[in-house]
Amino acid sequence: MSEPAINGEPQAAPRRLALNMGPQHPSTHGVLRLMLELDGETIVKASSEIGYLHTGIEKQCEEKTYQQAVTLTDRIDYLAPLSNNLCYCLAVERLLGLEIPPFAQWMRVLLTEMTRLNSHLVWLGSHALDIGAMTVFLYCFREREDILRIFEMFSGQRMMTSYFRIGGLALEPPRGWQAVVKRFIEAFPSHVDEYEDLLTNNPIWMRRTKGVGRISLEDMLDLGVTGPMLRAAGLKWDTRKAEPYSSYEQFDYEIPTRRESDVYARYQVRIEEMRQSTRIVTQALEGMPAGPWKADAPKVVLPDREKMKTQMEALIHHFKIVTEGFGVPAGEVYQVIESPRGELGYYVVSDGTARPHRVHIHGPSFGNLQALPKMIEGQILADVVSTLGSVDFVLGDVDR
Amino acid sequence: MLPDALKESPLAAALETWNPSVVAGGKFDRGELTLEIAREKIVETCQYLKQEQQFIRLSGITAVDWYPEEPRFEVVYHLHSLERNQRVRLKCRVGGDPAEIDSVTGVWRSADWYEREVFDMFGVVFRNHPELRRILMPDNWEGHPLRKDYPVHGYKYSYKDSTG
Repeated sequence: MSEPAINGEPQAAPRRLALNMGPQHPSTHGVLRLMLELDGETIVKASSEIGYLHTGIEKQCEEKTYQQAVTLTDRIDYLAPLSNNLCYCLAVERLLGLEIPPFAQWMRVLLTEMTRLNSHLVWLGSHALDIGAMTVFLYCFREREDILRIFEMFSGQRMMTSYFRIGGLALEPPRGWQAVVKRFIEAFPSHVDEYEDLLTNNPIWMRRTKGVGRISLEDMLDLGVTGPMLRAAGLKWDTRKAEPYSSYEQFDYEIPTRRESDVYARYQVRIEEMRQSTRIVTQALEGMPAGPWKADAPKVVLPDREKMKTQMEALIHHFKIVTEGFGVPAGEVYQVIESPRGELGYYVVSDGTARPHRVHIHGPSFGNLQALPKMIEGQILADVVSTLGSVDFVLGDVDR
Repeated sequence: MLPDALKESPLAAALETWNPSVVAGGKFDRGELTLEIAREKIVETCQYLKQEQQFIRLSGITAVDWYPEEPRFEVVYHLHSLERNQRVRLKCRVGGDPAEIDSVTGVWRSADWYEREVFDMFGVVFRNHPELRRILMPDNWEGHPLRKDYPVHGYKYSYKDSTG
């Protein structure tokens, strides 16, 4: 850096300031480090450093049996554990050639959409809190609490549910679940109205978000961005529609899009997604088919407790599955689903044994975060916070 | 030469017409198309697929370690075309020490982090990558964790002598 001015003379060379943001900065939502080069308040150059939350889940998966690895997938994107469960289970089920009964498929859709609500609520609450609207945070977490209670009712766990297993669900849905989900989902649209009342036409919110964090669609596709951010730039692409899985093709819902590709447009897209998810949950609730909640595959799915106590064969299956797992035919599958954050892909390679040879997790946040420097360069420092919020990344998903 | 199983696929046929020496093998399994690409041709193949066949998205790059086979690594590219609503998997076998392959960052900018991750986890070197350094592990880390000969608990600790 050059010498400071002594006689009050302005300096000839512009002074650049290197600013380190994170890894312990509250608005980075985890442990992300940003290195910003500032000219006054304008960001000239930005780069990010990740890996602070790397836990080696892909390596651990290779040491577990296929069924055991389900519990690891929860911990990747800890705001959308069921989406990760679903993607992994679908991949392994495709390797096995396993048919899942309709009830289990619909139940998976219902709970995955509840997960989307859960994830979007955390996003909205923390995003608004970053920009200064604290009330929204409290409202969002009020509804999120209801969702977590419902998850707890189903699986016994609030966050790390592991409720989807290879072959269906982990447990039979509890008695009376319909009433609880119904009560929640009927009230939910009015809560979304509440959030919108607080934000959508709020002048401060609009000033902080409109025209901020813009990036072109071409840049985003080239940089690996997926999900709501693409839809906020006008691309009508949703894996649920384009490559349906778990009987999503039987549901009626819209893919919301906007054209502006700024923070406000991403907010609008996600708010509308919450309304559409509500529609899906309602449809799943009303049209839920009857039938078993797990596949009829005795060598893969654990037997009922009652059978295990009375039938020799069921006992043997139970013993084999628990002690050594089940072999999966050699091959490879890349399963893609639409997680709340975008395209989530699981690449599972089997060598024919009971443990995966390789599980690669392609988290949407990883690609989305790569586009961050492009979005914030040329902006002012205060807008970094709102842009970061609009990307909606989860560091567990980035670092795995 | 194109294997018989792939003669049906229009994409594999188009690649074959464009350059017969590119596709070294492949399969169509569980609804997914896999093409094995000659290692030297990966960049031009990707260029061709992006520009002529609308595969504008790179969904991810990863690798699989087939230790102790040689060449041990399989670098895997998942390409996605929004227009055709189609996905294709490209694979390159790389070996040697260090295992090397050309970088596709010139084709898709998203390859930047994906290739850094593969380098970090497997030690595969991507030639012409703008900034090939570790991304998830600390810079001074020893070894590449996702290699099959890397113990799951790392090199630092050994549980061999522990009892119980």
